Amino acid sequence: MDPFLLEALVNGILLGGVFALPALGLNLVFGVVDVVWLCYAELVMVGMYAVWFLFTQLGWPLPLAFATCLPIVSLLGIALHYLVVRPLLSSPPINQVLATGGVLFLLQGAMTLVFRTEFRSLGVDMPPMEVGEIFVSGTKLAAFCAALVGAAILWAFLKYTYVGTAIRAIARDREVMPLMGVDPQRIYLIASAVGGALAGLAACLLVVQLDVHPFVGLSFGPITFMICVMGGLGNMLGGFLAAFLMGIIVSVGGFWGTTEFSYVVAFGFFIVTMFARPRGLFAR
Amino acid sequence: MSAAVEPLHRPRPASSASLELNGVHAGYGDFAALFGVGLHVDPGEAVGVVGPNGAGKTTLLRVISGLIRPTAGSLRFDGHDLTTTPAHALPALGIAHVPENRRLFPHLTVEENLKVGAFSPAARPHFIARRDHVYELFPKMKARRHQLAGTMSGGEQQMCAIGRALMCGPRILLLDEPSAGLAPLVVQQVFDLVRRIRQEGLTVLIVEQNVAQVLRVVDRAYVLETGRVAAEGRSAELAADPAIRRSYLGGH
Amino acid sequence: MKSLIPWAVVVALLACLPLLSPPEYFIHLGVTVLLTAVAGTGWAMMGRYGLVSFGHGAFLGIGAYTMALLWNMAGLSPWVGIPIGVALAAGAGVLLGYPCFRLKVIGHYFALVTLAAGEIVRILITALREYTGGSLGMTPDRVPPESAFLAMQFDKTGFWWLALAAWAGGLLAWWLLDRSMSSKALAAISEDEDAAASIGIRVTREKLKVTLISTGLAALAGALTAQYRMYLNPESLAGLGPSLQIVFGAIAGGMYAPLGPTVGAIITIGLDESLRVAFGTDFTGGAPFIYGILLVLFMIYLPRGIVGIFERRRKPAAAPPALGVPVAAK
Repeated sequence: MDPFLLEALVNGILLGGVFALPALGLNLVFGVVDVVWLCYAELVMVGMYAVWFLFTQLGWPLPLAFATCLPIVSLLGIALHYLVVRPLLSSPPINQVLATGGVLFLLQGAMTLVFRTEFRSLGVDMPPMEVGEIFVSGTKLAAFCAALVGAAILWAFLKYTYVGTAIRAIARDREVMPLMGVDPQRIYLIASAVGGALAGLAACLLVVQLDVHPFVGLSFGPITFMICVMGGLGNMLGGFLAAFLMGIIVSVGGFWGTTEFSYVVAFGFFIVTMFARPRGLFAR
Repeated sequence: MSAAVEPLHRPRPASSASLELNGVHAGYGDFAALFGVGLHVDPGEAVGVVGPNGAGKTTLLRVISGLIRPTAGSLRFDGHDLTTTPAHALPALGIAHVPENRRLFPHLTVEENLKVGAFSPAARPHFIARRDHVYELFPKMKARRHQLAGTMSGGEQQMCAIGRALMCGPRILLLDEPSAGLAPLVVQQVFDLVRRIRQEGLTVLIVEQNVAQVLRVVDRAYVLETGRVAAEGRSAELAADPAIRRSYLGGH
Repeated sequence: MKSLIPWAVVVALLACLPLLSPPEYFIHLGVTVLLTAVAGTGWAMMGRYGLVSFGHGAFLGIGAYTMALLWNMAGLSPWVGIPIGVALAAGAGVLLGYPCFRLKVIGHYFALVTLAAGEIVRILITALREYTGGSLGMTPDRVPPESAFLAMQFDKTGFWWLALAAWAGGLLAWWLLDRSMSSKALAAISEDEDAAASIGIRVTREKLKVTLISTGLAALAGALTAQYRMYLNPESLAGLGPSLQIVFGAIAGGMYAPLGPTVGAIITIGLDESLRVAFGTDFTGGAPFIYGILLVLFMIYLPRGIVGIFERRRKPAAAPPALGVPVAAK
């Protein structure tokens, strides 16, 4: 195989790992609370700013900044649920989506007010590694591994804990949950906190690869939604696989054309997928 | 065998641990379904509620397990006022509800369904003991422990649903139409299950349309018609009552 | 027909407004409000029937860039270019809408498909930077004053009339739709698509009809805005940002009443401008911040928008309950 194509393929898989986290978080929240957080990428953006601020402005060590980012974004997820989603739980879905769209503006505006529109960079990079015939970015590889670890922890949480099992159960039958001794409101809150934490983790992985600015969410937010929908909204495994599919399409598309062209191909692929399987590629 | 396993129910409670409804009114929005229903279930008893479709039987169970709040009347279990207790706190008090149509989590395995049933913090430490006990009661469930619940037959699903309800260590089991939608032979099996649970010493309140079958299982029964208790009595008396026979038992 | 007379009077009065020679800035605000209102009116024509598009920015962009490219590269006047752009946008809307409607891509899924389409248009505009100037934007070539009319390069007053005509056209389209059977059919569809189909409503056709009008209006608004500003860039004419801004305006004003999106445009532009005047550039980000809070508050407390406050008890049966009205908790 052409080593450059191979490299594109490997990069696509690495990119898919990074897409996978926000897709998992979004799907988790949707599956449990039944609300699409349109501002999910903006939660990630706030997390990126948090890392950048703690690391470059306050001089904290990077691991500590990462570790602080997670609870910050998690709290943000809780606040989002409490202040915005909860009052709208019995509203039509579109009203809920639009309200979280309002939060998208709010967070973009707030970050612009605080940090202005300059692009901020962490300024850290890891040397590329040569594997066989191809070069792999050390930063991307590290981010990919962290994403996999995050996904594995999430999987174990959902598979083995009581709360995780209840989260998987509630996605299919909300009404019966109180009979199991489960308070749905509490599960919503936990899912929102975990969804926020996943956004925080995604922020840590993205901030080392992308410059932060208030609108950075628009660069990966749309593709995250498409990944979720392709995998089947609420279907975690489907979203996880779709993330890799999209990552590969974007990366390999970029190998044959420009990056922009590759996104057009990816989005076009998404639209065609929707026509072929309106409930997602992996809909059951 | 079962001597080593912790019993499902707690030690037989004092006589106060009974379920008591007085003058309960309830409904959905503007639509009232229950009009002053009074009912009591004593510890260790099996009580049936029978009646035609739309008589309010399911509503009655939903009121007891807190899914619907009564608009008037009192509702007490073991000294607790259930009208002010949130629904999700009831399993911890010892009330387990097997809902109409079983409502299993079809994409979870049998064992995971049982796990959700043991969600209450008080129930978690007993998970393994109770799970094993359920498997002992229903060996079929043990064989299918890793199967997705949605792929099982109706009778097996009913077993799983009852097993799931037992996981919170209930003192009273509320069963809503356990025979609905099942083949006649399976209906027989389900009532056998109910008998077996009774032998465990569990208090049972069972709502059924299959009057003939249920009267053979319970000690006493209430006849619910258009949201009111139309008759009550011991099963044998009701089964012999000409009016009941005419309306519910095929008129022989 | 009679009910149109007061509207005609209002439009005529508004058309006379420049005769009072108000300050330029005032006219500028008016043009901006009217053009924003046209886009919002277009969006709401779909939105009120449950066809919530998150990609209407794309149609602004298609209209604007078609016009500007035809002008700069082929010398085709915007008078011709705009209709072509509108037709192209409506065609794109149908191209996207037809499979969506046929294959029952609805609700969240429809919103996200339109979002993807909007992003595609934004990226394409950026990627075709050789022609469009990419994210730096482009300016339509200026002409000497004597041929300004042919090039549609007017002063602010000229654009006031143009924008007013477009706005009146949008309201007329709304009015015509409201009176047609399509409106009832669409209301039925938004409530229960299968039930509507079962009583003989041609679901796909009705949805396509309203999509055609809606995307056409958006393209018209986009093209006129670009021509008015004499500047186009992808960030303000395509993609998620402008799409959500259109949605916000329509929602804030109220998407169930013909004047709702216009009221929304007044709110959004008024908010933008007053923040800009009050704080200057120190407060960049203030406008979206306040938008965001308002959008959340609107959804929670006023899901039918500002106009919704005044429309109570007026024709309650005609208002489709699929959106805006909270469904009773089960």
